Amino acid sequence: MKWVRNLLDNIKPNFEKGGKFPWLHSTFDAFETFAFVPKTTTKSGAHFRDALDMKRTMTIVIIALLPALLIGTYNIGYQHFLSLDPTMGLFDDIWQNLWYGIVKILPILVVSYGVGLGIEFAFAQWRGHEVNEGYLVSGMLIPLIMPPDVPLWQLTIAVIFAVIIGKEVFGGTGMNFMNPALLARAFLFFAFPSSMSGDKVWIAEKADAFSGATPLAEMMTGGTMPSTSILDMIIGFMPGSIGETSVIAIALGAILLLITGIGNWKIMLSVFIGGAAMGLTFNYFGSNPYTQLPFYYHFLMGGFMFGAVFMATDPVTAAQTNRGKWIYGFLIGVMAVLIRVVNPAYPEGMMLSILLLNVFAPLIDYFVVDANIKMRTKRWKLKGGTNV
Amino acid sequence: MAEINFKLIKNPLSKENPITVQVLGICSALAVTAKLEPAVVMSISVMVVIIMANLIISLFRKTIPSRIRIIVQLVVVSLLVILVDQVLKAFVYDVSKQLSVFVGLIITNCIVMGRLEAFAMSNKPFDSMLDGLGNGLGYAIILVIVGFVRELFGSGTLWDYPVIPQSFYDMGYQNNSLMIMPPMALILVGLIIWIQRSRNKDLCED
Repeated sequence: MKWVRNLLDNIKPNFEKGGKFPWLHSTFDAFETFAFVPKTTTKSGAHFRDALDMKRTMTIVIIALLPALLIGTYNIGYQHFLSLDPTMGLFDDIWQNLWYGIVKILPILVVSYGVGLGIEFAFAQWRGHEVNEGYLVSGMLIPLIMPPDVPLWQLTIAVIFAVIIGKEVFGGTGMNFMNPALLARAFLFFAFPSSMSGDKVWIAEKADAFSGATPLAEMMTGGTMPSTSILDMIIGFMPGSIGETSVIAIALGAILLLITGIGNWKIMLSVFIGGAAMGLTFNYFGSNPYTQLPFYYHFLMGGFMFGAVFMATDPVTAAQTNRGKWIYGFLIGVMAVLIRVVNPAYPEGMMLSILLLNVFAPLIDYFVVDANIKMRTKRWKLKGGTNV
Repeated sequence: MAEINFKLIKNPLSKENPITVQVLGICSALAVTAKLEPAVVMSISVMVVIIMANLIISLFRKTIPSRIRIIVQLVVVSLLVILVDQVLKAFVYDVSKQLSVFVGLIITNCIVMGRLEAFAMSNKPFDSMLDGLGNGLGYAIILVIVGFVRELFGSGTLWDYPVIPQSFYDMGYQNNSLMIMPPMALILVGLIIWIQRSRNKDLCED
């Protein structure tokens, strides 16, 4: 790796003050720190740092997303050829399926990263900041929550909207109060509903004769049970958003996130508890077939797993206090199932419920902290303490 | 004839803009800007009401007892709004139906009351009219910009005349339905505020 260092050292003076391209300093800095750990240290004060900086956090999340990406890629191809020939077996033509999936997903990845990082670099440059790593994960999340047939120009607009309105307006990575990846999807959902819902979009270039409804859509239109078997839902070979279909792949990612401590187990667990609680409530009180669906089906259908593992745990937009995390996760689960079952306009409740709770997270934190202060004041007074 | 004080017209257009700087009159700006035509009609109505109300209040300013001034202002404004409403119903019935309740709500438009309180109560009639004209224009310019963008991208038309050619749609272009929803008006106003503040640092609070 010596030659990389030499190359960087050689061209570095061009980007310093007084060099040829001082205005490109942020860009250069981004690539330099991407390749090597920065040498600079803080000059004053005591700083305790562990080895986990933001770049490493982001890298681990990306690795956790890879299983979902792989199975998603294969699934795009498999679903496409299955719609042409319904007798096709899962492993009849592995390479053909994989190749078709790669051809479909690559442009989506390129657009997501190209547009998003372009905006990040431009803003960092304009504000004189260092380029932040935050978009590396968002750029991977966005393709995974898109339908495989999403038109690229719509994706471009959605990414621009999500990065500028969702993030840069508020000051960049770490300042956003809503998850940018979900914002991109929500934008597409409301702006171009025909490319984001219905039963046409979930299989790439679907043959017309094939039904291709996702389990969520089947339940929405009055089905009593999804026609996909539980096993298929767990392995992930069903129509749906690219990375959301496979429970196993997402679970692998979740395990990695939990072992490394990057994803918060309190949030993940409480999302499932919330979903189960709402599902059971519906089972008990509900009257139409959708409410009678066993609660664990909600975890398997649509983006529930994906949202719980990768979206709800986003450390920036989630609640920060421990008790707040339980409340935040629980309400996400409750709202997701509630929106799915009750609201006929929105088949997928996970996206909306996470965005809603993102907005409420600071409020939850506020009340948790406030309650703590009140409790301690009370205890202090019981012990005979005077006014605070 | 008094000298025309151009500042009274110019300032509300930029650095004292009622919508983007004082953030008044937002609700009508969100509600009527899905298309250009109602936005323009609404702007003209508000402009007429502000100018006339400013003139009338300014003429009476010395005789209005200050304890009941808000009631007097409201009576004057409601009279003018009813007149405007009747004129709209008579001449542009379709638009009047689209604007529905929002014409009546001009009575509660904060810009109108704000100008009456802040300017007309303490200035001469002619200056007050200019101030009304300026603020009306400041309101109108934002409404027209927002209405223009929303109609162009939301419906593909301008003043109900299709401007985006059919060949675009054939190539896969779609209208952006988020543009027609009220939240997008809020976001657009936010973007205008952002652009304005990054160009004019005096407006930033910190």
